[in-house]
Amino acid sequence: MSVDVKTVKRVARLARIAVSEEDAERMTGELNTILGFVEQLNEVDVSGVEPMTSVTPMEMKKRQDIVTDGNKAADIVANAPATEENFFLVPKVVE
Amino acid sequence: MSDLTRLTISQARAKLRAKEITATEITEAYLQAIDRANPALNAYVAVTGDKARDMAKSSDARLVKGEGGALEGIPLGIKDLFGTEGVHTQACSHVLDGFKPRYESTVTSNLWADGAVMLGKLNMDEFAMGSSNETSYYGPVINPWRRSRLDTVVMPTTHQGDGGFVSAGGSKTQRSLDNAQLVPGGSSGGSATAVSAFLCAGATATDTGGSIRQPAAFTGTVGIKPTYGRCSRWGIVAFASSLDQAGPIARDVRDAAILLKSMASVDPKDTTSVDRPVPDYEAAIGKPIKGMKVGIPKEYRVDGMPEEIEALWQKGIAWLKDAGAEIVDISLPHTKYALPAYYIVAPAEASSNLARYDGVRYGLRVPGKDIVEMYEKTRAAGFGREVKRRIMIGTYVLSAGYYDAYYLQAQKVRNLIKRDFENVFAAGVDVILTPATPSAAFGIADEDMAADPVKMYLNDIFTVTVNMAGLPGIAVPAGLDPKGLPLGLQLIGRPFEEETLFQTAAVIEQAAGTFQPEKWW
Repeated sequence: MSVDVKTVKRVARLARIAVSEEDAERMTGELNTILGFVEQLNEVDVSGVEPMTSVTPMEMKKRQDIVTDGNKAADIVANAPATEENFFLVPKVVE
Repeated sequence: MSDLTRLTISQARAKLRAKEITATEITEAYLQAIDRANPALNAYVAVTGDKARDMAKSSDARLVKGEGGALEGIPLGIKDLFGTEGVHTQACSHVLDGFKPRYESTVTSNLWADGAVMLGKLNMDEFAMGSSNETSYYGPVINPWRRSRLDTVVMPTTHQGDGGFVSAGGSKTQRSLDNAQLVPGGSSGGSATAVSAFLCAGATATDTGGSIRQPAAFTGTVGIKPTYGRCSRWGIVAFASSLDQAGPIARDVRDAAILLKSMASVDPKDTTSVDRPVPDYEAAIGKPIKGMKVGIPKEYRVDGMPEEIEALWQKGIAWLKDAGAEIVDISLPHTKYALPAYYIVAPAEASSNLARYDGVRYGLRVPGKDIVEMYEKTRAAGFGREVKRRIMIGTYVLSAGYYDAYYLQAQKVRNLIKRDFENVFAAGVDVILTPATPSAAFGIADEDMAADPVKMYLNDIFTVTVNMAGLPGIAVPAGLDPKGLPLGLQLIGRPFEEETLFQTAAVIEQAAGTFQPEKWW
C-alpha cells in the first residue's frame, strides 16, 4: 500500500500537525519508503496467532477505587503557557 | 590528586566509604570536566551544579556518620527523558520548552534515595526517536571516539628541536586520530558520550528499540536494557509504552549491575511494574559459566555485515567456550520481521502518547485563529522531522480501514517473535550471543541515512527483537575495529534473568578488557 499527497494531508489533519504543500510532498516520499519496508510483514503466516496484548504474562494490577492523590491544582497548571485561577486558558471554542 | 573522574563506580564507592575522598571532591571534578568538555561533545543539555553540590554535601554528612546508601556520593548524569523535579525535562524536544515537572520519576527517586548525586540532564534524540542523537532539538552529541589511521612517518636524521629532541632517522608507523566527528548512537547518545568521556560516573538511559545498547556499543561502554517491567516507567516521558524500559549505561559490567540494582523496583504507580524482588546483580559477577548453554542464532548473520563484526562474534564465542560454556546453534526464524513490526507498533503507540503535546498544559504554544489551528501550529513548530514522521506513520496505521492490515498484523508477528525466543529457552538455552550493532559508529550527517530513514532504522536490527519480546539484553564492549572504533556484543536472557547477563558479560569483559577513547576534546 502507498499513500498520496492527499492522504498525507488527511493524516496530518488527524494528527493535528500543520503541513505546507512542500512538507506534504516530502512526507509522502518518506512515508512510502517506510510503508514499503513494513510491507514484508504480509508474507508472514499468522493464521491462528493472537495479537499480542501484553509482553509479560501478568494480570493487570488493580488498586482500590479510592482517592490517593490530589489537591495539586497549582502544580498541575504550573507549566501551562496560559492559566487563570488554576484553569487552563485556550482560545474560544464555543461562540 | 589523581583524576577522580577516572574512577569506576565500584572504585569511587570504596574510596568514599574509606573516607579517602569526599563526595564534594568527586562532584567538583566532574563539574569541571563537564565545563571543559561540553562545548565540544554536547552531552549535557542542562548542568545542575548547585543541586549537585548540595547533594554531595548531604552525602558527605551521611558518609561521615557511616550512613551512606548504595550509591552515596556517586555523581550521575540523567537522560532528559526522566522527569526530575524543578529541573529541565524536555525529552530534548522544542515542544516541551521550559517544562520543569513538579514530580520526580520513580527511577531517579530510587537513585537519590540511595545517595547518588545529579550532575545534570543528558542530551538524546527527540522523544528517544533516533539512532544517532542527531534528532535532538539541542543539536547532535559528538562521540568521544574518533577513527584513527596508521601512518608511516619518516623521521628526520637529526633534528635539534625546541625541546632538544634528537632522532636517529628511519621511519616508524604511528596511529593518528582522524578529525571526522562521529555519532555516539542513539537515542541515549548523551548518556553514552558522558560515560565514555568521563563526564559522569554512570548514566540513566532508556531503550525502546536499542537506545541503550546501540550507543553503548558505539562508545565502548556497557548498557543493559532489563526485562520489560523491571524498572518503573512512572515519570519517564513516554514514547512507545509497551516497549520502553529504563536501564543504565556504565563504564564496566560491575558498575552497570550496581546502577540497575538501584534503578529497579516494584512500583504501584506503574501497572506494568512486575512484582518481584530486585536481586543483588553484583553478586552474579565472577560466577563461573561452566556448563551454561549459549545460543548462536543464525538469523543474525545478515547480508552486507562487515567482516569485523563477524570476527568479533567468533571471538566472543571462543571466549565463552574457553570459559566452559556449551555453544549451540539456534534459529529464531522471525528475526527479520522484528524491525518492520517495530515500525508499526512503536509509531502507533507514539502517535497516541504524543497527542498530549497540544500547547495547553505545558511547553510551547503557537497561537492560532482557533483552538485547532493553535494545536496544529504548535505541533508543527514543536516537533522535529523524525518525530513528525513517526506520528504520521502511527496515525496512518491506526486510522480507520488500516488498523487490521497494519497494527493487528504487527502485533501477531510480535507474538511469533516472542515465541521464537520461548522455544529456544525451553530447549535449554540460557543466554543468546549476538553482535550488538551491524557496524561501528558512523559520521555525523551521514548522507545515505539522511536520504533514507529506513537505513537509519537498520541500526537497531540486532537489538529491536529484544524489545519486541520484552526480554533483557546487555551490550558489552568486545574489541576495536581496524579503524580503532569500539564494537560491542549483545547477550539476550530469559525474562528477569539479568543476573545471567551480568555473569556472562563479565566473562566477555575479562577476556576483552575495557576501552577508553583517546582524549582530543
